[in-house]
Amino acid sequence: MTPVETRSEPSSLRLVLTLGLTGLLSGLVLVGIYLATKPRIERNQAEALQRAIFRVLPGTESTTPMVLRDGRLTEWTEPGRPPEDGTIYAGFDAQGALVGYAIPADGSGFMDTIRLIYGFDPSRKVIVGMQVLDSRETPGLGDKIVGDEAFHANFRALAVEPDIVPVKHETTAPNQVDCITGATISSEAVVSILDRSAKRWVPVVAPADGGTPPQVSEVRDGR
Amino acid sequence: MAAETPTRPAWPELTKGLWRENPVFVAVLGLCPAMAVTNSLRNGLVMGTATAFVLVGSSLLVSALRRAIPREVRISIYIIIIATFVTTVDFTLAALMPDAHKQLGAFISLIVVNCLILGRQEAFASKNGVGLSVADAAGMAGGFTIALSLIGAVRELLGSGSLLGLRVLGSWFEPWAIMILPPGGFLTLGMLLVVFSWLRARAEERRRHESARTEAA
Amino acid sequence: MNDLGGLVWIFASACVVNNFTLTYFLGLCPFFGVTGRLVTAFRLGLANIFVMAITSVAAWLLNTFVLIYAPYLRLICFIVVIAGTVQFVEMVIKKTSPALFKALGIFLPLITTNCAILGLALFQTNKGYGLVQGIVYGVGAGAGLTLALVIMAGLREEQELGGTPSLVRGVAMSFFIAGILSMAFMGFAGLFHGA
Repeated sequence: MTPVETRSEPSSLRLVLTLGLTGLLSGLVLVGIYLATKPRIERNQAEALQRAIFRVLPGTESTTPMVLRDGRLTEWTEPGRPPEDGTIYAGFDAQGALVGYAIPADGSGFMDTIRLIYGFDPSRKVIVGMQVLDSRETPGLGDKIVGDEAFHANFRALAVEPDIVPVKHETTAPNQVDCITGATISSEAVVSILDRSAKRWVPVVAPADGGTPPQVSEVRDGR
Repeated sequence: MAAETPTRPAWPELTKGLWRENPVFVAVLGLCPAMAVTNSLRNGLVMGTATAFVLVGSSLLVSALRRAIPREVRISIYIIIIATFVTTVDFTLAALMPDAHKQLGAFISLIVVNCLILGRQEAFASKNGVGLSVADAAGMAGGFTIALSLIGAVRELLGSGSLLGLRVLGSWFEPWAIMILPPGGFLTLGMLLVVFSWLRARAEERRRHESARTEAA
Repeated sequence: MNDLGGLVWIFASACVVNNFTLTYFLGLCPFFGVTGRLVTAFRLGLANIFVMAITSVAAWLLNTFVLIYAPYLRLICFIVVIAGTVQFVEMVIKKTSPALFKALGIFLPLITTNCAILGLALFQTNKGYGLVQGIVYGVGAGAGLTLALVIMAGLREEQELGGTPSLVRGVAMSFFIAGILSMAFMGFAGLFHGA
């Protein structure tokens, strides 16, 4: 049993004030930490994204985010980060000419969601590279989709029309992907993610009628 | 005001958390966020260090302010303090070690509900001086980190044949992928608990033998 | 991921494939500490589902309207909301069913420190789920938690009757059981692939 308290019970006001003060101090500390780490964190994220884009769009020197506005693909010029979903990245080479688009996509894999990014060349209408950004597939089996050379060779010039199709052995057509033995489901998941994403974005970046190309600011010089 | 225990030497407070009262192997505390990230030695170390920072910092602050914190709202205040430290660690890790941060993900934030930390505030830091509280926290945090590193090392060694990313076991070893998957976590900790309780039972036996002999003499 | 197939996948994933307890090691405290009583485990699980559903909505509201301005306050806000929700649920149960309140006893306030609830809020944030997806995720996670709790309680009832070597008895044995359960649940992976 607690010994008899010699002090009086603190008033509710005191309790509220103490809590409030603690909360306030905590908030101040956190604002400070946030502001101190923000530039570094944003730089880390931008670097990681750039690295991925350069991997899937070989030849890229600079990139810019693009979003759909009123049905047209336009550059993201507002301050702050563009939205997660619905943003793709246009890549330009050293001369400022358009190399292609790096498109992030995700979907369900074998164990959990797979996030990836792929490079698309609108002039040839092919996928030129693919990188898995985040996955939780079975180590030693499904996670081969991340680094397996043979699997990634599928994505150097992958046609997207009419569909991207997984196959189990040799590929006989440019729109087929040879799946990894023992990691069929993870491989097929990648294919299905790519297929769905391509169906969504190809009409936007490479309209069938060859109509108005996405609005990209004039060819950059060395940006 | 909670009853204050008289000042004691700090060293025992520091070492008790390492072995005799090891939070993971003896008290089986603080498991939740710990197990998910011990699939490699490095992750175990980072998680343990992050938890150590939060534990020591919180204990220091709680102990320093223990006379100013009203009993009625003490738990809420402990939680605010702990959450502040955890958020700090989260952002710092994201800035300085983005790879580790990505691997640990939301589990860094989950340090805040690690019963070990809140438990030490309530049981010790609120009743003892700053020096002792820091020693206690450091010991517990040390024991916790040792435990996590041990689990992580076993899982990584058997599950990937490597330690800290460097391949240790030759190619003759076919890694047991199950070890870096969740079941491996449960099984590893179970095994280690058995080993520890066996070691403790043996130490207990020896002590009883000793005292029986000195009595008989 | 918003169509029905996507939602089914979210639910199944949270409930069995990526069971919060057996895959993410969340909610272990009640998992190992709960009495061997199946009925209590089930009721505790239901209380958890309810709290998780509410937490999911609250997390979505906070993320969408408040935390975009102050992301560093996320953790503190989530904890406060969870503590408040559990208080609220406690009051509601006390008023509507005093018998249930008594049966749950200490476990009810302990839901607050259950890492699974906070874990739910954080995972949901990371995955960027919308309102509906979030609720489905929360209920699925709670269902998975309940499932794990109930199975474990049942197995421990059995274990008490069977003979286990003294060295392994107690916590270590529970871990081995959990490990095997975790392996079993891994078998659910790939159930809904291609959704």
